[in-house]
Amino acid sequence: MAGKGRFGEYGGQYVPETLMNALSELESAYEYFKSDENFRAELGALLTQYAGRPSLLYFAENLTRRAGGAKIYLKREDLNHTGAHKINNALGQGLLAKRMGKTRLIAETGAGQHGVATATVAALLGLECEIYMGEEDVKRQALNVYKMKLLGASVHPVKSGTATLKDAVNECMREWTRRISDTHYLLGSVMGPHPFPTMVRDFQSVISEEAKAQFLEKEGKLPRAVLACVGGGSNAMGAFYNFLDDDVRLIGCEGAGKGVDTPDTAATISVGKEGIFHGMKSIFCQTDDGQIAPVYSISAGLDYPGIGPEHAALHASGRAEYIPVSDEEAVSAFETLSECEGIIPAIESSHALAVAMRVAKEYEREDSVMVCLSGRGDKDVKAIARYRGEEIYD
Amino acid sequence: MIKLGNAFKKGKAFIPFITAGDPNLSSTERFVRVLEEAGADAIELGIPFSDPTAEGETIEAADARALKSGASVEKIFDMTERIKRNVPLLFMTYANPVFVYGYDRFFSRCAHAGVSGVIVPDVPFEESPEIKVVAKEHGVTVIDMVAPTSDERVNAICEGSEGFIYLVSSLGVTGVRSEFDLDIGAAVEKIRKVTKTPVCVGFGISGPEKAAEMAAKADGAIIGSAIVKIIAEGGAKADRKLFEFSSAVARAVHGC
Repeated sequence: MAGKGRFGEYGGQYVPETLMNALSELESAYEYFKSDENFRAELGALLTQYAGRPSLLYFAENLTRRAGGAKIYLKREDLNHTGAHKINNALGQGLLAKRMGKTRLIAETGAGQHGVATATVAALLGLECEIYMGEEDVKRQALNVYKMKLLGASVHPVKSGTATLKDAVNECMREWTRRISDTHYLLGSVMGPHPFPTMVRDFQSVISEEAKAQFLEKEGKLPRAVLACVGGGSNAMGAFYNFLDDDVRLIGCEGAGKGVDTPDTAATISVGKEGIFHGMKSIFCQTDDGQIAPVYSISAGLDYPGIGPEHAALHASGRAEYIPVSDEEAVSAFETLSECEGIIPAIESSHALAVAMRVAKEYEREDSVMVCLSGRGDKDVKAIARYRGEEIYD
Repeated sequence: MIKLGNAFKKGKAFIPFITAGDPNLSSTERFVRVLEEAGADAIELGIPFSDPTAEGETIEAADARALKSGASVEKIFDMTERIKRNVPLLFMTYANPVFVYGYDRFFSRCAHAGVSGVIVPDVPFEESPEIKVVAKEHGVTVIDMVAPTSDERVNAICEGSEGFIYLVSSLGVTGVRSEFDLDIGAAVEKIRKVTKTPVCVGFGISGPEKAAEMAAKADGAIIGSAIVKIIAEGGAKADRKLFEFSSAVARAVHGC
């Protein structure tokens, strides 16, 4: 029989033996503290007092008028402290690490949002922090690199492989096998070996827990569809989770880069195959020979060759739909939301906005759809300007 | 297929590791014979992977060179089938290339090519039944690994072990190091209480002296990075240095 942490056939714990005890220690600690009243109270207080939860459910009236059809609501995770949903998970795991007696956090980051969230939590809780980031991303996201340093973290550029998010994860796993006893690997998405996919989903499920209550209050009913961008898939899992048993369409929007018929894409569900990598059985972009493929998306946060195992299972069962969204569509949605609502969204979240404007048309004015606006777009402004042929000099 | 147990015919076993296709497959074919002539008791061939998360820089770079040279699972099987040798051969690779090739197809080709065992570092004991069941049908052994952090897991891992147990000397990834984290003698003793399966120590062994020390405490020594480094430096012309280093290690291991 397959081991622990399965979503259908996906998931598991495919890591070197050296890490297995650390994973079972983490699993036991998580199982214990997730129902511990003190832990829950402390996390709850940090989420409200520090992160600024609950996040707003905002009716985007201008965008709705522009799109035509159902009302488009935005779950404003961009308004959280540090500007993205990543803080929900970083606070949860940071507190857990501290309870486990760990004094040092390590984490991977792509765009830098998870790195900043982890460095923030480390600063708050008085933990050491080391962030691994692909050298390419270090160059693309210099501002976030400096933020992490300001917060007291060391940032290690990763030169191996494609020097992006996947390589940063590789290096974190290597570093964790080197130093386990005082170190917690604060994985940033619903991926990796068990218990990470479950634990990260639980910490992110506050998104849909709040959203469900907010919809019932504002609309007296649930939305017809919930949309979120998917790289590893943490904001999407958080946004989907409490709607899984409801009659609500769940739509994950993947970074298709220059298109799913080109090699420059990161749309894992569209172009990937089953495989085993980064601790999990799931779907991965790969060659016929089982080598992990280089991927591309304008969004560093979606520039990852895999997807969390629960998403792979939701895709297999048909419970959720996964739609590829090109750079061009995402950039247009980025501009549209900025223009018509005065909200600059993260380029990651813009992938979901692009699809939401199409999906809204399929419904009536009395219906609503929700987009998880997973982060704010300040970090992307320079790249979008470049995409449109304009260079911004610092 | 040559039995894995043959590796211990001379007593202690010296098991060198090289990455297949580094710098190209015809060199690998030659290197296997060089290693056997130098006195290797079994040979571990790495099937390169794009993202080898258990490897340090040396073997990671070897994997990258091998992939660049066009090595693929298919071509490695073809090459392996051509090698004439008298010592058992093992594959070391990651879960994904095996999974994608298809477990049944992979192990059936292993059997055909005379590959006696496989080591897959990212498939720990709990996840190993899915490959062990298929490997067994084809008479191929899946090697279990014990790490410095295994603690109370040692019994479960070793109980059903076959071929040999790969005892990981240290925390971290592969690569030459001067200090080992684990008290090898104590670890071997703990394993021997559970099983008669031989124990080979790997990770970080730099040369003859350390190999002899490890072999004295266990049943054999596995050397990867130190050998791969010779190939990194000598490329397709590494034969002589490879022979000199490996025969020195073999002598040291067999002398203890």
